Amino acid sequence: MNHMATEKISGSEALIRSLLAENVKTIYGYPGGAIMPVFDCLYDYKDRVRHILVRHEQGATHAAQGHARVSGETGVVLVTSGPAATNIITGVTDAMIDSTPLVVITGQVASSLLGTDAFQETDVVGITQPVTKWSYQIRRPEDIAWAVARAFYIARTGRPGPVVLDMAKDAQQGTVEFQYKKCDYIRSYVPYPPINDADVQRAADVINAAQKPLLLLGQGVVLSHAEPELTALVEKADIPVGCTLLGLSALPTDHPLNKGMLGMHGNVGPNIKTNECDVLIAVGMRFDDRVTGDLRTYARQARIVHLDIDASEFDKNVKTEVAVLGDAKESLSRLLPLLEEKKHTDWIESFTPCERREYETVIAPELFSSSGPIQMGEVVRKVSEATGNRAVLVTDVGQNQMFGARYFKFTQTRSIVTSGGLGTMGFGLPAAIGAKIGAPDRTVCLFVGDGGLQMTVEELGVIMQYDIDVKIILLNNSFLGMVRQWQQLFFQERYSETPMSNPDFVTLASAYGIKGRRVETREQLDEAIAGMLAHRGAYLLDVAVEEKGMVFPMTPAGTCVTNIMLNVDEKY
Amino acid sequence: MDKTLYTVTVYSENQVGLLSQISIIFTRRQLNIESLSVSASAIEGIHKFTITTWCDEDMIDKVVKQIEKKIDVIKAFYYTDDEIVYQEVALYKVETEKMLDDNSIEELVRRHNARILEVNRTFTVIEKSGHPEETQQLFEELSKYGVLQFVRSGRISITKSTAERVSIFLEEREGGRSRS
Repeated sequence: MNHMATEKISGSEALIRSLLAENVKTIYGYPGGAIMPVFDCLYDYKDRVRHILVRHEQGATHAAQGHARVSGETGVVLVTSGPAATNIITGVTDAMIDSTPLVVITGQVASSLLGTDAFQETDVVGITQPVTKWSYQIRRPEDIAWAVARAFYIARTGRPGPVVLDMAKDAQQGTVEFQYKKCDYIRSYVPYPPINDADVQRAADVINAAQKPLLLLGQGVVLSHAEPELTALVEKADIPVGCTLLGLSALPTDHPLNKGMLGMHGNVGPNIKTNECDVLIAVGMRFDDRVTGDLRTYARQARIVHLDIDASEFDKNVKTEVAVLGDAKESLSRLLPLLEEKKHTDWIESFTPCERREYETVIAPELFSSSGPIQMGEVVRKVSEATGNRAVLVTDVGQNQMFGARYFKFTQTRSIVTSGGLGTMGFGLPAAIGAKIGAPDRTVCLFVGDGGLQMTVEELGVIMQYDIDVKIILLNNSFLGMVRQWQQLFFQERYSETPMSNPDFVTLASAYGIKGRRVETREQLDEAIAGMLAHRGAYLLDVAVEEKGMVFPMTPAGTCVTNIMLNVDEKY
Repeated sequence: MDKTLYTVTVYSENQVGLLSQISIIFTRRQLNIESLSVSASAIEGIHKFTITTWCDEDMIDKVVKQIEKKIDVIKAFYYTDDEIVYQEVALYKVETEKMLDDNSIEELVRRHNARILEVNRTFTVIEKSGHPEETQQLFEELSKYGVLQFVRSGRISITKSTAERVSIFLEEREGGRSRS
């Protein structure tokens, strides 16, 4: 029993001490009326927990997401009630669909005022229930330690996700005998279901019988720290790999079995081969529609083996023959000894024509044009290489995201931070801030469009205040590029509300004390990138890229995974 | 696809807000809840939801897995009518005077195995439990005497299998814990 237990402290202090007990070092937040007691208490704990004052609560959630994604820690957000609580919804929803562990604490009006439409009251639990793993209202100081312990346990275990704790003001102000006990068990919640060995054996039998296996690598591999097991498995059984957007970087880009990215703007090889393989092994991925396209024509010829920790993902989109429920690391460890050593040389070589054609028609023109405007892909690849392919890639959403994912190269895991499931424009800048704080020793490169940057541009203030060394590469085409691309391809070039008049971003950055430079010609690019990376501190590189640049290959939404456009005129 | 009336049973911790968490899963999938009954279960501290809905098996399987994913949900199952014994209760309010005027109401009550719950000067309340078609049948037969009010409960059900799956689960969870 803790000797401190008899000492009575305020609910606010109980909250802070609970966070410390969970080893929280950084909080992203914004103060306000209904959370002031907690912020007042934070003043006394300044030396033990770092608070990052964002400029908008949405920024706090994305920063916490960026932090969580690179570090594996649970991101923590602290904001007030009402409008602050509604401002966190986008980030919480994003974290839910991308399985990112967050604990978000919102202030709430005093419990006596609940339900009365009090000033800055909103039904936070009601609003957040559909977009959180768990959402709970704390009305009494006695419940704080219990709720916080439970929140962290739920957020980080099993399939991770966001938890919201809505804390009534009187719970912050009341006193309590503080005692903290970490949570490691909830009767109704089984985060790590026991793995069924018979299922593992059946999976092994199917994989051992495969002549043309293909493995789909999802973020679950990263979340369960299963990169070594995954690598060992694909090397032993000689299985080519396609990565989901969030699974990128779990296997180095240049690994000979890494055949690239899946999905709408993914690489030709893994998409074409999805419909040629005889066994499809999905690990920690959820068959999102941006990966599968039309489900009726997706991998119909293949026997499907699905490894996931979330039972509700089995058969949700794609019917499986063998489903292995459990943590990827554990499942793969058990699967590995059951697999036969194999060589699938002919099968793996059959990717080469796909790769060659994609290289010639898509990649080379994107990366190595000697004339004409700067291409987005070329900027991404140059930055990647200038960092020795060792940086963390953060993207916003749209063309910058797809070019980032396609042309950035990865040599270590947890190196991509992007809004996959929700596709949140404005995610990039705050997520990059969190990523830098979560991985201070790594170079963090944000690729962002002129549209997305302006959605959360206020967070430049955070970079200024805390001197966050983020390299911001603005792929500036003065368009909402991805929407423009769809308008060109599918809406008869009717550019409805996609051209943008932009500010002078370098001047804007300089108002925040952030160094910057605009680049308009290819000749300036290498030197400008070198200058950006050599600069100590944040930097904004505003690159004028081709206005009508387009991301290819492209599988139009809802069509067959093999229906691939290589450019405007040419299909694979 | 062929639709079947499925009975979903959900066992949960007794937590505020669970009903809406469960019902929005039906809403997202555009499923109408045909009937709903929530109460304390036989196991102390555990609530039981019984929900009926029309859909195909593929859909109900996904819905039940998503319900079970909720942190405070202990277990969720789905059944077809032949796997369960089920019942609902209906109450009918008729004018007492009409009843006194006509002996056939008594005969009706007997024939339907219904019973009279309350009689006063103005109205009489009849109760009937059974399957929806049975309670509906009585409603139709009573209608000629004028039914002032007719209400039906949600379905409750009990499985035909001997094992109580939720108890087994809890035994495994709590038993495993006390051993470790």
